[in-house]
Amino acid sequence: MNIESIHPLTIILFLPTVAALLIALFAKQPRTIKVSAAVFTFIAFALSVYLFVIFDRDGGLQFVEKAKWINSINAQYYLGVDGLSLPMVILTTFLGFVAVFVSWKINVRTKEYFIWLLILETGILGVFMSLDLLLFFLFWEVELIPMYMLISIWGTPPPLGRKEYSAIKFVVYTLFGSAFMLAGILSLYFSTPAPHTFDMVAIASGGAAWLIPAIPFTAIFFLIFIAFAIKLPTFPLHTWLPDAHTDAPTAVSVILAGVLLKMGAYGMIRLVAGFGDGGLVPGVAERYAPVLVAFAVVSVLYGAAATVRQTDLKRLIAYSSVSHMGFVMLGIFALNQLSITGAALQMFSHGLITGLLFAMVGLVYDKTHQRMIPNLGGLARQMPVITVVFSIAGLAALGLPTTIGFAAEFTVFLGSFTSEAFHGIQTCVVLAALGIVVGAGYILWMLERVFYRAPLEKYNGVPDANHMEKAYIFAFVVLIMLFGVYPKLLLDVIGPVFTSWG
Amino acid sequence: MILLDLVIKQKKVLAAFTVVALAIPIAFTVMLWGESESSFGGMLVLDGFSLFFKFLILSIAALVIISSVDYVNKFARFQGEYYALILFSAGGLMLMASTGELISIYVALELSSISLYALVSFLKDSKSSEAGLKYMILGAISSAVLLFGMAFVYGLTGTTHLDQIADKVSALVSSGQLWDSPALILGMILMVAGFGFKIASVPFQMWVPDVYEGAPTPITAYLSVASKAAGFAVILRVFYTAFGIPLLSDSWALVFAVLGAISMTIGNVVALAQTNIKRMLGYSSIAHAGYLMVGLAAVSSLGRSGILFFLATYALSNLGAFIAIIAISNKTGSDEISDYTGMARRSPVLALVLAFCLISLIGIPPTGGFIAKIYIFNAAIQQDLLWLVIIAVLNSVISAYYYLKVVKVMYVGTPASEEAVPSSIPLRAALAITSLGVLLLGIYPWLVLRLAESAVAMFSF
Repeated sequence: MNIESIHPLTIILFLPTVAALLIALFAKQPRTIKVSAAVFTFIAFALSVYLFVIFDRDGGLQFVEKAKWINSINAQYYLGVDGLSLPMVILTTFLGFVAVFVSWKINVRTKEYFIWLLILETGILGVFMSLDLLLFFLFWEVELIPMYMLISIWGTPPPLGRKEYSAIKFVVYTLFGSAFMLAGILSLYFSTPAPHTFDMVAIASGGAAWLIPAIPFTAIFFLIFIAFAIKLPTFPLHTWLPDAHTDAPTAVSVILAGVLLKMGAYGMIRLVAGFGDGGLVPGVAERYAPVLVAFAVVSVLYGAAATVRQTDLKRLIAYSSVSHMGFVMLGIFALNQLSITGAALQMFSHGLITGLLFAMVGLVYDKTHQRMIPNLGGLARQMPVITVVFSIAGLAALGLPTTIGFAAEFTVFLGSFTSEAFHGIQTCVVLAALGIVVGAGYILWMLERVFYRAPLEKYNGVPDANHMEKAYIFAFVVLIMLFGVYPKLLLDVIGPVFTSWG
Repeated sequence: MILLDLVIKQKKVLAAFTVVALAIPIAFTVMLWGESESSFGGMLVLDGFSLFFKFLILSIAALVIISSVDYVNKFARFQGEYYALILFSAGGLMLMASTGELISIYVALELSSISLYALVSFLKDSKSSEAGLKYMILGAISSAVLLFGMAFVYGLTGTTHLDQIADKVSALVSSGQLWDSPALILGMILMVAGFGFKIASVPFQMWVPDVYEGAPTPITAYLSVASKAAGFAVILRVFYTAFGIPLLSDSWALVFAVLGAISMTIGNVVALAQTNIKRMLGYSSIAHAGYLMVGLAAVSSLGRSGILFFLATYALSNLGAFIAIIAISNKTGSDEISDYTGMARRSPVLALVLAFCLISLIGIPPTGGFIAKIYIFNAAIQQDLLWLVIIAVLNSVISAYYYLKVVKVMYVGTPASEEAVPSSIPLRAALAITSLGVLLLGIYPWLVLRLAESAVAMFSF
């Protein structure tokens, strides 16, 4: 049976929404809600893993689905995945599945919580699967309202957090970026020869020879880029991130750090490298690479420096995300085939590692009701399993070999160092490598202070991870180690996308 | 209707009768689609454009009447007159959209406005009477200005029929005498002022917050969508038929672009500070007039159909929001946003519909408002109005803040009391129609888009 005939991408995309609808209409007991959410997200995850297995490594875009949507402006319902988006789709469905378990203890307004969580998953999947610019923009916006509701209702209330403030900050910041992105997308649309099209594949392959810029390409590039820069986030547009990450409920932080940030990186890669033959907006990235790499390096160093200063465990992990996503941006704008592959790998790696870190923070908070590092200490005796897994996650974050963190960061550095994008890129890479050193500093310092000192009396008798929690954190660890030892599994899929690109 | 009121004790029957009566013209409208005629010497025109607006205004009137069934209990007497006045006003607005002649436009405008003056002050308390008086005085002045502008155009061209005006003006243009006659420019500006009042554009918008706050809520809803729709219909017809010459259109397009940019900015920024939900929606109405004027500034068929589609989605979203407000305010007795706290716990469906309509007003998918904004901005970019589109999208971002504030207040926070908000069957039906309409237009806009495009096909450029 031909898998494409059942439209697998549409199924994966809308399965969470269908689940949300069913839960909204029929589910009454919290247990039913959680179990049905788990079942549906598992089916989506299993289907995406199956697609990964049968994906033709050298085949370019696959499982393509095209249908009419808005005829008058030539916008289509156009889905497809290639080596870059398929790992992202899997990451999203995996984190969506795990998020159900991380949220198992939500008992206030459970139904609404899971409805929003599932709609959020659909929005993010749509961004990764879309091949039509308008559809891409639509799904980019879909994730706004669920995030707003999730953070402002179930987030951390005062005095420890400011959930409503963080939620509105997130929405306004993201909308601000999307405002410019819309103008850029429409300008790009009108740069295509008549009849105009939103087709991303056609635009990317057509390139400068085919497009007649309605406004200069530089303007189009930066209009669209600003939305991705806010999402990634790049210094200095990162200030929404610590607030949103820290004040969101644990599962939402996992998804936010794990895949939402990757939407920005994914967009950047499509802008720069398209689908392997040319970027969506040709010619601009080469000229501005020095500036953008500089911003990336500043993100890495600033993020790392700010992280060292944090005393709230969750905020510490949040700032470390700024730093790690800086590596992704470095890899993208080094404009080298190897560095972009590394950036894509780092996207997947950071998704897993930071997803795990936030889940662990959630567990620690759940058991000890403490998130401030000065108040924690010596938990290794009382919570051995959590300690071990947290340590593995931390070591993966700082790039220890045998973890996927190392594979990704090494590839990014190797690729950027050997890049010929501009003179002096080697200096930038060395500076970025300093970020790793600082990273080692804050991770090890944090682990030592929270887990590895003399045990504190007040934490005697706190429970360790229960069976369900052990299950999902071990799943994370297995994946981190597996891809760390054998990254070929991923690189076989991602690599071929960029082989024919500069 | 008025006579019926004298004899019927059960006031609800009046509402039902009105709706049934409305169904007849709606049926006719649907049946006549595709035909094109004119009668009374061109004073009454039947074409796709007028049918679109007739259908829109009739539906709006029907929805408003259905949702006022609960509300009319506040009026001690004159309930029959209430329905009758709404019908008169709807008739005037429909006529405005269906006529090809300046004086008829004026007469229709006055017909609908006078009915609205009375309707606005129907509550007879101090706020309502003040609102009615303000509306009447400002409305009378703007009608006078409009008539003055029409007089200039008549004086210059010798005719009040729009297509004959078009011929005369293009003759002027081709003979190069256009800028010799400031009368034409003056006439156009005065007409913009007159119509600008109706559509709540800056700088003719001062009446909006007070009138919206003081009027009975169903009338506010009716005002915000129906008179705006008719106002834009008239502007489209006058400016595209009579003044639809490329040389001239560059100037008035720029005027609309600038007025639009200012309207949306002022509307959105001032709305941020509002605590009364009706006033907030009044300022949002000013802002939406600004977005619609972006479509006017984009002189193309894409812009025109964009305006029609935007009016349809705006009508549905705004009506949905106001109908929910009618139900909630009936129960809480207040229009302050802070009294909406925790509404999601008390009446989840009502809160969801209100939230959904507000999200459509921001322009976030999967609502019709999103598609409408995309469509209009698309038209503007095609006409090289990138600066205007950037202002418009930034304004959408600003507007997110105050719409989401209401959503937040409803969903986050404990309500003052746990009682559910009662809503009658007709009101729930109206809510269902509007919210499903917004959702449908957001996912599958193609049907209405096609209707809008065929409606504006008759404009030649």
